[in-house]
Amino acid sequence: MGRHVVVIGGGTAGMEAAGRLAREGVSVTLVEKGNELGGHLRDWYHLFPNRRSSDEVLEYLRGLVSHQNILLMKGRKVTGFSRKGDEFAVSVENGETINADAVLLATGFDLFRSERKEEYGYGIYDNVISSADLEAMFRKNELKLVNGNKPERIGFLHCVGSRDEKAGNIYCSKLCCVTAVKQAIEVRKVLPSCKVFCFYMDMRMGGALYEELYKEAQEKYSVSFIRGKVSEVAVNIQNRLVAKVEDTLVGRPLKMELDILVLMAGMEMSEDGIRLADEAKLKRGENRFFQPADHHFGTNMGNIKGVFYAGTCTAPLNITETISHARGAVMEIVNYLNQEK
Amino acid sequence: MEKFGFSLSKARVINYDANDRGIVRYIIEREPSLKLCIECGCCTATCTTGNFTDFSLREIHILLKRGENEQVREKIRKCMLCGKCILVCPRGVNTRNVISVAKQAFRKTEGYEL
Amino acid sequence: MNFDPFVIPFNIGLYFILIYAVVRCIIWFRELSRPDKLRLQRGFFGRAFGQSLKEIFLESLIHRKILKSNPRLGYMHMSLAFGWFLLIVFGTIEANIFSEKHLNHSYKAIFFRFFHPDHGKTFFENSYAFLMDLILAFILSGLLIAVIKRFSSRVVGMKKTTRLKPLDKIALTSLCLIFPSRLIAESLTCGAYGTGSFLTGSLGKALASFLPANELAYPFWWLYSLSLGTFFVLLPLTRYLHIPTELFLIFMRNSGIRTGDKPGTYSEVEVHSCSSCGMCIDVCQLGFTTGINTIQATYLMKGIRNSDELYDVAHNCLMCGRCDNICPVGIEISPIRMIVRRAEGKEYMYENTSKGYFRNRLTVPAPKQEAGTSYDFLPRLRQEKTDVLYFAGCMTHLTPSVKKAMVRILDASGLNWSFMDEHGGVCCGRPLMLAGNDREARELTNYNSQLIEKSGAQTLVTSCPICYKVFRESYYLDAEVLHHSQFIKSIIDEGFIDLNFLQKRVTYHSPCELGRRSGVYYEPREVIKHVATLEATAFDDENSLCCGGSLGNIMLSRDKRQKIAEDVCSKLTECSPDSLITACPLCKKTLSQATGTRVMDIAELAVEALADTPGLKMPRSRSKKKLLKEPATSLR
Repeated sequence: MGRHVVVIGGGTAGMEAAGRLAREGVSVTLVEKGNELGGHLRDWYHLFPNRRSSDEVLEYLRGLVSHQNILLMKGRKVTGFSRKGDEFAVSVENGETINADAVLLATGFDLFRSERKEEYGYGIYDNVISSADLEAMFRKNELKLVNGNKPERIGFLHCVGSRDEKAGNIYCSKLCCVTAVKQAIEVRKVLPSCKVFCFYMDMRMGGALYEELYKEAQEKYSVSFIRGKVSEVAVNIQNRLVAKVEDTLVGRPLKMELDILVLMAGMEMSEDGIRLADEAKLKRGENRFFQPADHHFGTNMGNIKGVFYAGTCTAPLNITETISHARGAVMEIVNYLNQEK
Repeated sequence: MEKFGFSLSKARVINYDANDRGIVRYIIEREPSLKLCIECGCCTATCTTGNFTDFSLREIHILLKRGENEQVREKIRKCMLCGKCILVCPRGVNTRNVISVAKQAFRKTEGYEL
Repeated sequence: MNFDPFVIPFNIGLYFILIYAVVRCIIWFRELSRPDKLRLQRGFFGRAFGQSLKEIFLESLIHRKILKSNPRLGYMHMSLAFGWFLLIVFGTIEANIFSEKHLNHSYKAIFFRFFHPDHGKTFFENSYAFLMDLILAFILSGLLIAVIKRFSSRVVGMKKTTRLKPLDKIALTSLCLIFPSRLIAESLTCGAYGTGSFLTGSLGKALASFLPANELAYPFWWLYSLSLGTFFVLLPLTRYLHIPTELFLIFMRNSGIRTGDKPGTYSEVEVHSCSSCGMCIDVCQLGFTTGINTIQATYLMKGIRNSDELYDVAHNCLMCGRCDNICPVGIEISPIRMIVRRAEGKEYMYENTSKGYFRNRLTVPAPKQEAGTSYDFLPRLRQEKTDVLYFAGCMTHLTPSVKKAMVRILDASGLNWSFMDEHGGVCCGRPLMLAGNDREARELTNYNSQLIEKSGAQTLVTSCPICYKVFRESYYLDAEVLHHSQFIKSIIDEGFIDLNFLQKRVTYHSPCELGRRSGVYYEPREVIKHVATLEATAFDDENSLCCGGSLGNIMLSRDKRQKIAEDVCSKLTECSPDSLITACPLCKKTLSQATGTRVMDIAELAVEALADTPGLKMPRSRSKKKLLKEPATSLR
């Protein structure tokens, strides 16, 4: 058997895995549907927990993939793949077919489309924005209202599209809590006069240094936390947002005027991933992500031999976890190629 | 005896063992989705009745679960059954039926058998 | 020969049922309310009587409605009912013409061939026998279908058939035996005497060739009489009571009597008129989408007749009204269901009438007066004066796009308008009514009525069909009540707003409360057709589906609601439209969680087409435009 792997998806997981595979002497074709590598990472400003610039990580990944063993195919979508004997035939847009000894799926996630929670007014009211929109504002250094004014009060609403049956997702996206805290701190740094409130159901600060960040937000940046999920948003006569929430710890409904409401959109299996999975008959879990062969020992494998997974196409993961997961996939692939030889 | 300026109030403590949780068992048997509540408060926040008065569906749920029935008995009549709470509940609790079955349960304890 | 002991069972049955009918009618009449008594008296001497006869002929005998929607099932009902009717009519004529006397006991007609075995020798007699055989064959063909239906309901084009209780089974057996035993009895007699036509004659000849026909005939005449007698005696105790009761129902309905919201003679007649044909089962979405097959109208009627525990049956219903629409007998199912809901507990609901031998009946005790009011917390009324008052409704606050669209349309119309519930109002009261809590609902309707009156508005516009229905029917308002689709239609007609035509293909989901419940189909369609290409679906207007979000059902679980919504969406987006349009915030919310197609309210569609769209922040205009036209077309 040869040693050629097609990596589908040029985000964090795909780039890390391609780079590492190349260094193991495997020849890699990295297919990315967009015109640039980097995936969602290109949209983020700073990364939690230490607020390192996402560009630094991007730079590292770009360095990793500039390797003689890697062939880059950008601006091309994979339309499907099938197994023929020991080999896979991966078909790409424009009718091209690439043969491969193994396939690595690193198709990533889509951000929950916030307009699906109509009661929050995304796309209906100005100044209701998503966490991704806020990152873009940070990148452009333009944290302001639609009318150009400086915001005086910003609210962060946790769990938009996560832990919500009505949105079709009962799972926790697990990164939105810490992202909200990180963004809250950044708002306070950019606009020290702006008051910041987080509306949460549970603060899920389970990662390394997350809780420390939470404490820092309270201590150094005076971010306020209100335990309750916003149920609906309206505008008042001054066109200012009005959020309705229950302060569940006081046990009374609370109304608050806000200049900006940031919706902490959750992570969903990407549409392209779903399409590929259905095409190739790959199993998906109830959360629609790829179903790993084993939750403890086999998170990089699925139900088809020779097909591997890396990154957020299996579950919501942060950058650290994504990179580790991609490295795990590399080890599994190398083992597989050696065995099959 | 020294006075501390306050007295121990009996009602302050939820006496979990002494409280009667028959009502909540009756409700859960008929509307099992009550078990799914995660206390997010969406129902209370959106509540048409809660706009005007201290009616809180979330509070009613948790009080019933702790067996604090007497606090619920009167409050529960204020619900207008408009159904907004059903639409916002992230856990799909059938809140209107919880109210309806709870009313039945209270009627039962008031002596007119169902 | 004029008499034989075997006619005794038949006679007992016949006289029992006649006496029963008379007594029952008297009791029913006495228990009617005074206005209903007057209606009935007027009906008896007026046009209603003729109409009723016509309807009885078309519906009770021919079964026109069933025939239209399901020809095979219709034929089955028609052959049994109309055939039996013909048999009795022509049998009586035969007996009275050909007997020695011309006024006979009724059993003479029924058992004519036993008493006149050699009848049929002349040509005229023979032709008449041919006619009688033809009718008998007609009935037997229907009976055959009925027997097959018991084993496989698919044969008659139905998905489900009704389940039976033991007494019903005995009655059904005796009913099934009536015509075959008549066939064999007549055939054997004819065989022995060499009479009879193509059916009884040929069968008789064949049987007589190897059997002692004359001796064998006698036990079959007994069987015939016994099965008739048994059926008649069991009639009041089984579902077959519907056969005579339906006649009363038709007459009462044509006299203008309606179910109302309290149990009474009419609802009792309705309950007993249900023939358990099962057509309500086939149209029920709870049945065909979620597999709940215990709560449909026919089971509700049966449950009331049997004094069963009915809490679940009454409450686990979407109240979409699809069964009201299809019921061939015209039973007002939803009002009856509401009566049962109001009754709340079983003990309250039934009371064995003092007349012992009559059936249990639906009665509801006066609700126990609870001390104080439930809603004394409602704030003091405050409402500014205005021409057009807009009540968004509770649900609309969760679909801000609809609210925003309406604000733009109202602003664009140039009318003097104001919000009734900008920051959340008091519920319209219909959800409480649907749950059977009328007394509580009245407190809310009183509150809102005063608010509307205070505003001095001539027009009340609401975005929620649930509110619309209750404002129109349970409030007594001076203001004209319009659903926003009607309002938009009227301001287009008045020229208050200009709309462009959009390059969009859409389908329309008619909300139950607006369509079937309030009869508003025309205006929403016109508005949509004004701005976009409206594609037809198999579920338009009266045949529209419930989105699954219905507030009419308090019991249905979230996953079943989702299942219904997904089913509805897949049916309405079969032609892959650009948008799925609806006119209810609850429908919008429910459907948009179940499809990838964009779900829009009719108001949003109109805003998209608004030629000159002022921004949201534009101050509300105070010009003097007024909606002076009379009520919108569909209200008349």
